[in-house]
Amino acid sequence: MAKEFICIVCPRGCHVSVDDLGKITGNQCKRGETYVINEMTNPKRVLTTTVKTIFPEVPRASVKTKEAIPKGLIYQAMALINQVVIEKEMHIGEVIIPNILNTGVDVVLTKEIRRKEER
Amino acid sequence: MIVDVIVIGGGASGLAAAISVKKRNKQVLLIERENELGGILNQCIHNGFGLEVFKEEYTGPEYAYKFIEEFNDLKIDYLLNTTVIKLVKNGDEFVVTISSTAQGLKEIKAKAVIISSGCYERTRGQIAMPGERPRGVITAGSAQRYLNINGYMVGKKAFILGSGDIGLIMARRMHLEGAEVLGVAEIMPYSNGLNRNIVQCLNDFDIPLYLSHTVTNVESDDSKRLKAITIQQVDERFNPISGTEKRFEVDTLLLSIGLIPDITLLDDLSVEVDQKTKSSKINQAYETSVPGLFICGNSLQVHDLVDNVSKESSRAGNCTADFLENKFKPRKKINIIPGKNILYVAPQYLDFGWDFTDLIISFRSSKKLEKAIAKVYQGDNLVYQKRRTFVVPAEMETISFPYQELNDSQDIRVELEEL
Repeated sequence: MAKEFICIVCPRGCHVSVDDLGKITGNQCKRGETYVINEMTNPKRVLTTTVKTIFPEVPRASVKTKEAIPKGLIYQAMALINQVVIEKEMHIGEVIIPNILNTGVDVVLTKEIRRKEER
Repeated sequence: MIVDVIVIGGGASGLAAAISVKKRNKQVLLIERENELGGILNQCIHNGFGLEVFKEEYTGPEYAYKFIEEFNDLKIDYLLNTTVIKLVKNGDEFVVTISSTAQGLKEIKAKAVIISSGCYERTRGQIAMPGERPRGVITAGSAQRYLNINGYMVGKKAFILGSGDIGLIMARRMHLEGAEVLGVAEIMPYSNGLNRNIVQCLNDFDIPLYLSHTVTNVESDDSKRLKAITIQQVDERFNPISGTEKRFEVDTLLLSIGLIPDITLLDDLSVEVDQKTKSSKINQAYETSVPGLFICGNSLQVHDLVDNVSKESSRAGNCTADFLENKFKPRKKINIIPGKNILYVAPQYLDFGWDFTDLIISFRSSKKLEKAIAKVYQGDNLVYQKRRTFVVPAEMETISFPYQELNDSQDIRVELEEL
């Protein structure tokens, strides 16, 4: 069974396929091969989502994994992040969950949490 | 009291414009209708922003914060929760009528105005979609706001019409938050979204993309909530092909069917509108046909990358400062015309009254070209050319070249020659 990929390294978007023997075809440059090997062996993604806060004027705060985490862990990571509730004012970049699922990657805030000023 | 510049809108565009005007020691007042600065970036929690401007990958709120910090450091005046409801010009002065709960109705005068009011989403009313009119049919951007800012899911089983980036991003977002996303239909034979989003938002989660398909029926349940939709394949003239119907039981249909510059504020001013960009025509200084009225960002042309919005708006801010310093004398303007394989160009005019070194032209191609040369002609004279690869309508292109050698009597034409 050949496996199909769309390379996303550049806007060209080569359709690359890998056959049962591991032969890679369809890529127009070397970077496409590297991309497909990573996707086959250990695909990783940055996960971005939100967490709850106790502030009615800022009910949600956005967060991200600071680095990409293995694609297979995304659902488990979502479940953990969804348990978090922010209870104090915090800064962008502050760690919400350290070393999530032992990946060595922290989940950090991507938004300042400030109660809204009147202006 | 009269301020130098009023900037309308505090998103990516307004922030960059206000910062560049302030750095030229002009007095700036920025007006934002939401309760915080940052605009649409605040709800775009995904990453991929800033690769061009900062050489790093940020999420939307992080990208906005970079600019908000600089904005605050410069101590620029701004109003939140304030809507501009009217904009007129009396002689050389602009009169801006604002409305807010805190201040009521108020008029503010300015020597120049920068419109950075962004764009709005096309809705169901703007396409011919048959069927009933239940709740649950909503634009993708609205759903994104409800989910990422307010924390509400708009439904549990969703289908998405239109493969623009917002639709693709929302497919992944709703899926990750536990909704069932049954598919994305796109009327064109190709997607309008970035390849990266097709791969990481749809393929990663096995969400099917139906190309050359559109929604041809909408069904409502007894409580007037969406019950099901039907999609159908279309032929090359976009007519539905019978026998290709697929019915999906869903409670939500997200629409990602295009964006239109928001220029409703210009209604009381006699600006010249470009039917292609659906916004005001401008000269190379981002100035509309009303002297002192500038426009940039998504209210000028819908961008695909926020980095380009920031760069463009920063230039517009600088031009506004030039205007205040009388660094230009209206002299003679020529047209910049979209030629072969070009959908639109901005600016649409080159005004020789402005002192400039380079002419920067943004454009979109009208079709996908693997290899092309962008060529600029004045009359029969080729004045500039540059090779381009993988030009697609979904990605805005920009060229820049010195224009001292152009004459002020012949129009300029931009073309894309296929190789």
